[in-house]
Amino acid sequence: MSFVEYSEFIQEGDVVIIFLGHDSMMPIKVQSGAQTQTRYGVIRHTSDLIGQRFGSKVTCSKGGWVYVLHPTPELWTVNLPHRTQILYTTDIANITLMLELKPGSVVCESGTGSGSLSHAILRTIAPTGHLHTVEFHAQRAEKAIQEFKEHKVSHLVTVRNQDVCKEGFGVSSVADAVFLDIPSPWEAVTHAKRALKCKGGRVCSFSPCIEQVQRTCEALLDHGFEEICTLEVLLRVHDVRTVTLPLPDFGPEEGSTDSTQMASNVSQEEVSKAGNASVICRTAIPPREMAGHTGYLTFATKPRD
Amino acid sequence: MAECVNDSDTERPISYGDYIVLRRGDVFKSVQIEQKKKVIFEKQWFFLDNAVGQLYGTMFEIEAGGSLKLKAAKRTGNSVGNEESKEAGQDNRHIVDDGRSQKLTRDDIETLKEQGLKGQEIVQQLIDNSTTFKDKTEFAQEKYIKKKKKKYESDVTVLKPSTRLLAMMYHGREPGKICHLRYDTLAQMLTLGNIHAGSKIIVFETCAGLVLGSVMERMGGYGSVIQMYPGGGPTRAGMESFGFPSHFHDTLHEFPMCKVNALLAGTLELSEKDVDSQASGNGQSDSSQETLGVLEEKSSKPQSMEVSTDPEEETKRAERERLREQRAQEKKVKMEEKRKKLASAAAQLEGRNADGLVIASRFHPCPVLLGMLKFVAPSRPFVVYSQYREPLIECYTKLREQGGAISLRLTDSWLRHYQVLPNRTHPMLLMSGGGGYLLSGMTVAAGTSKSKNQQKSEEPAAKRQKLDEISPSFGSAT
Repeated sequence: MSFVEYSEFIQEGDVVIIFLGHDSMMPIKVQSGAQTQTRYGVIRHTSDLIGQRFGSKVTCSKGGWVYVLHPTPELWTVNLPHRTQILYTTDIANITLMLELKPGSVVCESGTGSGSLSHAILRTIAPTGHLHTVEFHAQRAEKAIQEFKEHKVSHLVTVRNQDVCKEGFGVSSVADAVFLDIPSPWEAVTHAKRALKCKGGRVCSFSPCIEQVQRTCEALLDHGFEEICTLEVLLRVHDVRTVTLPLPDFGPEEGSTDSTQMASNVSQEEVSKAGNASVICRTAIPPREMAGHTGYLTFATKPRD
Repeated sequence: MAECVNDSDTERPISYGDYIVLRRGDVFKSVQIEQKKKVIFEKQWFFLDNAVGQLYGTMFEIEAGGSLKLKAAKRTGNSVGNEESKEAGQDNRHIVDDGRSQKLTRDDIETLKEQGLKGQEIVQQLIDNSTTFKDKTEFAQEKYIKKKKKKYESDVTVLKPSTRLLAMMYHGREPGKICHLRYDTLAQMLTLGNIHAGSKIIVFETCAGLVLGSVMERMGGYGSVIQMYPGGGPTRAGMESFGFPSHFHDTLHEFPMCKVNALLAGTLELSEKDVDSQASGNGQSDSSQETLGVLEEKSSKPQSMEVSTDPEEETKRAERERLREQRAQEKKVKMEEKRKKLASAAAQLEGRNADGLVIASRFHPCPVLLGMLKFVAPSRPFVVYSQYREPLIECYTKLREQGGAISLRLTDSWLRHYQVLPNRTHPMLLMSGGGGYLLSGMTVAAGTSKSKNQQKSEEPAAKRQKLDEISPSFGSAT
């Protein structure tokens, strides 16, 4: 297992995602002899996991069962231990596309935070790209290094423990793309420019507040960045449901005003017996509540020097 | 063509045969550079020959006669009207629309254009001859300049193609060709599908090849892509526009949808005979060429009989004979190639161990998804795009019944652009609804239990009961 390469069977030392059903998952590290408690009973790593195929069903001690999944950056994003606020898949997807990331890209990122975006970047730029990530919080930087090692992606990433606004990314003229998720991105724009290749590149800044965006855009314009564009993407998850719509009773009458007939595209079977006639209909319901705002994404292009 | 494995580190100048993207403002157009080819972009025509030898990202000006000239100093345009904007009004209470504020007539402007005046100079002329410009507010002046610049300036930037540019271009210019797939939705697809180097991805799309191209870009020439295609052959115009180096094409396989059942049943014929019959059905150009050759042969026969002694005629006949044989040989080679291609694609699929599935088509997604999912290994993501929500609801339901997939999510995304300017920051335009819908999920090993049981045990017991409770009460609650 690696976050940048699929494998078929579970091995000792792998990180696997245990799928407990309906948005309920947990990540575990496979170690021979170890046990993991779930609400369906205990999972014994040696007998239940090692050597099993990813995606197979594992029966727990209480007779319940779970699926074991191969880790992906997307699964990791919803399972990782939070050390900071993290970026979620919707924003990550747009950042990846708009920064034009692909295998071989060299990317600078700050801050590393909990490594949610970092894993997604590493997946995309492998096997020939590199990520230079900067985190000013020593403990977080240390934890990130450890995670990258466990996830077998450490050869693709360099973590630097420094302040990006003061010391920059620690590299110059190497990056195809720069990503900023820090409180004052405008203070890092010069460093972003320096980190990007002479032939130019893309930059993205993520900020929750419009005042931050305003200052960042000004800084970008002052430093000669082009194609400055701010956008926001929201994801709606629809709940697929079967709903029953009762039909009104107009009372007995000959002729056509039968409400069962007025309900179009309803097969006769779906209309239950007289008295409480109703129509069963399959639909998708938008969420009652949803994330209405994560952050503004500001993109820009650094032109050729 | 010179190939570089890692093009991000090597600067290769623009050359003939390259696929490029032209940009002006936020309008894009994809073209291939050919010698003396006339290109029409934003109501102007020009030749790209002068771009050859320059580096990507270079900005050009269009000169009279359609040749491109390197734009000397960048951002000189910003200085237009800067002196004027020092003088500005407070509000528009005294600005009257009498239609006479511009002293230049349409003919005057045409004359300026014919004189070969630069766009920037025309804009300056328009400002100088506008009686109301000085009374406009600073913001209105800026807006006026921006609008005029857009109309009269003729800058064109030559860019290297990327998913971002091509997806935005297709969405802006020809959304119908890509089933109205918006670029943020495409972004979700590539991420939810965990598309990355080294995997084996099945793609079924009718989005002009844009989705295929974007998948290939993310694979970077590592791994393999199997394109399933309906009808006579795969559509790849969008993919070609990426201008991938040739080794990318080695990783691309194609398999006709109409042979899926045969492959699943293990009755797929890979013998030459079978391919022959297929080719005569699909490769119309081949067979028409052949009949043409035969006709030619027939008409020439009586003639050659009469004057068979003529040595000149004899050599001509021999030449014809040789050509015919050559054609037959070519056809045979083509046939063999086609057979090999089919066999290699079949071999890729037969393992039933693909690492992902991406579907974006105008076809009903349900049979496509259920059919293709059989080729995907367990614990792998899949993602289906549809312009409409209802077919995906059906997919969702069928998958739940059938099992073999978890984490099913039906989503759509909402994209909003912002204008960010000092004191004038606000959302730009709403783009809700038009981006299409996605159904994504993860494959799992199909249980040994029968499908009926599987359906019941798809979700752990507690959750299932809850769902069952919800549905009827939902209907009767109101």
